[in-house]
This record gives sequence, structure tokens and C-alpha cells, in this order.
Amino acid sequence: MPVSENSKGQKVWQLHTRNESLIRWFAYLLTVAAFMWCWAKISESTTWYFVWDAPRIAADIGGRALPPKWEYINELWVPIWDTLNIATLGTILALMMAVPVAFLAASNTTPSKVFVRPVALMIIVSTRSINSLIWALLLVSIIGPGVVAGLLAISIRSIGFCAKLLYEAIEEIDQKQIEAITATGASRWQVMLYGIVPQILPAFAGISVFRWDINIRESTVLGLVGAGGIGLQLQSSLNVLAWPQVALILVVILVAVVVGEWVSAKVRGAII
Amino acid sequence: MSDVTLDMRLGKPWKKPHFIKNPVTRWGLIIGALVYISFATGSLEVNWSRVSEGLVRGWNFIAAFATPDFVSRGTDIRDGLIESVIMTITSTIVGIAISIPIGLGAARNIAPLPVYLVCRGIIALSRALNEIIVAILMVAIFGFGPLAGFITLSFATIGFLAKLMAEDIEDMSRVQAEAIKSTGATWTQWINYGVQPQVMPRLVGLSMYRLDINFRESAVLGLVGAGGIGATLNTAFDRYEFDTAAAILLIIIATVMVLEYLSGVIRKKVQ
Repeated sequence: MPVSENSKGQKVWQLHTRNESLIRWFAYLLTVAAFMWCWAKISESTTWYFVWDAPRIAADIGGRALPPKWEYINELWVPIWDTLNIATLGTILALMMAVPVAFLAASNTTPSKVFVRPVALMIIVSTRSINSLIWALLLVSIIGPGVVAGLLAISIRSIGFCAKLLYEAIEEIDQKQIEAITATGASRWQVMLYGIVPQILPAFAGISVFRWDINIRESTVLGLVGAGGIGLQLQSSLNVLAWPQVALILVVILVAVVVGEWVSAKVRGAII
Repeated sequence: MSDVTLDMRLGKPWKKPHFIKNPVTRWGLIIGALVYISFATGSLEVNWSRVSEGLVRGWNFIAAFATPDFVSRGTDIRDGLIESVIMTITSTIVGIAISIPIGLGAARNIAPLPVYLVCRGIIALSRALNEIIVAILMVAIFGFGPLAGFITLSFATIGFLAKLMAEDIEDMSRVQAEAIKSTGATWTQWINYGVQPQVMPRLVGLSMYRLDINFRESAVLGLVGAGGIGATLNTAFDRYEFDTAAAILLIIIATVMVLEYLSGVIRKKVQ
């Protein structure tokens, strides 16, 4: 038990030993030093005049933005429909690509641990670590602006996420059921269909709804780089400083996000 | 015994049970999904000539991954990357510092109802707003540069960390907390010795995970002018300099992989 002596020579209980305290103190020092250095860098590239002016600017923007321009909603129905399509079709497309990748990546179903599994894991990591906006940027410059670029961006970004969660679910399945199916003389595909699929189906449904919810959020901003959806309207309203329209779009986005989360929570609640 | 009589004796052959048991809901969902998909795909407009033109460019981009160009825009990449890292570190630290009190306030077993509602409100707001949208507003208010990105990421970190931390505190073992309380500890001592040790491992793990997320997000904030490597990446795409873009993407992927590995090691160590 770590103890220290106070001035009267009594022993006092302490949470950490001396070495632990020193290490901790040093770690805190390092963190503070790193933070201060980073802060100095940020401060260098900041125009502080604008920052001191910020409350006035914020109040000014707020004053212009409110009340939202409600009539503008009539021009938003098509973008909302596009946004919904980007999220939903993107998720469906992503799942179609994620399922084979997940089966190739799970250590108990992969055909080859040495050759195939690393490739599948590589696909998962690289699609996951790049944000959907960057994918959208890339696809817009490849196939041109529009809903399709956004849809593909969302689906590529989702492959890694869905495949990762799915392959973890596959690795956690109950091996006894597989053995039972194999014992009846089932072929490899029959084992897959009757032994593995029923076990991961609830996880699969949960993952897809979860990802759909995230994709609703992400698809609302894809338009900023020209990939369709409500973000296009947001961008053009911002460009002409039409703050009441921006306010309405933000309200629509918030509603969409809340509805998406509600639906996904309901569906996941029904599955589990 | 012939096959026919065996079948008759066994009755109906076994069939795999359906995932959704109620046939009405099942067929309703299937038909609804088909109708929706046909409508949705019908409303897609694809400009095939533009696509075929772009496919060449797409192939160039994929080929660029074989020859990424780290050098010709080296200083831009380096500056952007340093800015991204700076934003990541500062926003994660500030985000953790702010989300600890909010997380404590959002745990129903620690905080009184009014505090709980306020903290839950902050969390809900932070989670509902997409980082990019917050960044646009922050750029409009604070001007271009990493400060806007820093504020955006800190704000996003609060929603994430405080929510998960509050859930963890609500699940903690009450026995340990009670034991500390019974020694006559003050409120701060109670939090420090009764609650903190129970949630600390998870908090460290989540912080590392958030560091990883913040880095990934900081790579896109530059698109709306909030600093970081995103601005460099955007310029590279706009000029069709795919080899530079490939280099930046490779750096992002490598950094994320390293961070993920590190956070895995650290999480194993604290748990």
C-alpha cells in the first residue's frame, strides 16, 4: 500500500506510489506543454480581431436568419427526397458489397487467412478511414456532380463500417450450430445458409439500420461538394447569404436527423 | 417402404423459419421496399457520357495510388497535416475537459433533475448537428482558420464523450460509491475516489477513439475553410492533381491505422 510520511512522521495513505505519481505528473506536464504549443500555433493563424467581434457577428447572423423563410420549403421537397435516396440506396449498395467482404474477413469463414483476409481487412480500413465527403469530392471529380456521386460516396464509406461490425458478429457465432449442420452432411453453402446466416441475421439488420441513421446525417452535407441532396441548397443559400433559407434548411436537417434516429431506435428495439 | 409413403408419414417437409414471422408484415415490407427502390432508382439521373469521360479520370486516380506524389506539394501537405494534428490534439483535450462535468451532470444517479436535463440537452444538440454544418457556422462567426475547426471538433467531442460517459456512470456499481460515501467523504472526494476509478478505463478508451475520429474529421473541415489538410486535398482534386491527392489520402489512411493500433494497445493496457 503506497504511503508517505507527513512532517510529524505519521504515515499517510496515498492513492499512488511515488514513481506512479512522478510518471503521472510528467504525463500531465507533457500534455499541458503540447497543448500550449498547439494553442500558440492556432493563435498564430487566427485573426483575433474577428474573434473579439464574434458575438456581434453571431447576433447579427442570428438576427438575419430568424425567422426562417418557411415558404422556401416548397423548393426543398425534391432535395429532401434526393437526400433520403442517397442515404437509403447508399446503405443498400454498401450492404451488398459489405457482406462478401465481411465473410472474407472473418477468421472462421475466410477461404485463406494468409492471402484473402489481409486484403479484406485492408478494404475495411481504407474505406472506413476516409470521410464520405472526401469520397464525394473524389467521385464528383470522376463522374460529375449529382445524386449518383453522393450515393456511391455514401456506399463506399459505409462498406468498412458495416463489414467491420458484421465480421465481428460472424466471428462470435456459436460453433456448435455449425457443427450440427455439418454433421447432417450439408455442403459448404448449406452450412453458410442454415448455420451461419440465421445467427448473424439480427446483427445484420441492426447494423444496416444503424448505418442508415448515420448515412441520413452524412447525406445532408454531401451537397456542399456538389454530390446532390439538400446540401446543394444549403451551399447556394450560403453563397448568396440568404440566412433565412439557411435557417430553414438547418431546421429540416435537424428534423431529418431526429426522425432517422427515432426510426432506427424503433427498428433496433423491435429486432433485439 | 417407398418414398411416397415415407413423405406421407412425415407430413410436410421442414422449412427454414422466416426472419420476420408475421407473413403480412413480411410481404408488406418486401413489396414496400421494392416499390420504394423502383421509385428511387427511377429518380436518379445519370449522365452516361459524363461518366464514361470520367472513368478515364477515375482510372488515372487509381493509377495515381501506385505513384503518389509526396514531394511537389510537400510544404502544403506538411503544413496542412500539422494543422490537422494540432486541431485534433487541442480539440480532444478541451473536449474531454468539458465533457467530464457535462457527463457527470447527465448521469441521473449523480445529478439532480434540472442539471440532468440541461446537460442532456447540450448532448442532444451536439450530436444532432453534423460537424460540417457546425464548421460552416463557426467559419462564418470566427473567420477562416484552425480556430473554427478547433471549436467545431471540441463541440462534437462533447456530445460523443459526455453521452457515453454518462451511460457508463449510470451503470456503475453503487456499492463502491456507497462505501466511499460512508467514510464521510465530501462530494468531490466521493466523485474522485468512488466514481472516477470505475469509469476511468472506459473514459481513456473512448478518448483515444475520439482522438481517432477527430483526426478523420479534421481532414474534411478544410473543405469549408476551417483549417487542416482538407483544404490542400480540395485544391488537389480541383486541379486534378491526383498523385498529390493520392499521397494525402495515403497519409490519412496510414495515420488512422497507426492511431487505431495505438488506441487498441492503450485500451488493452487500461482494462
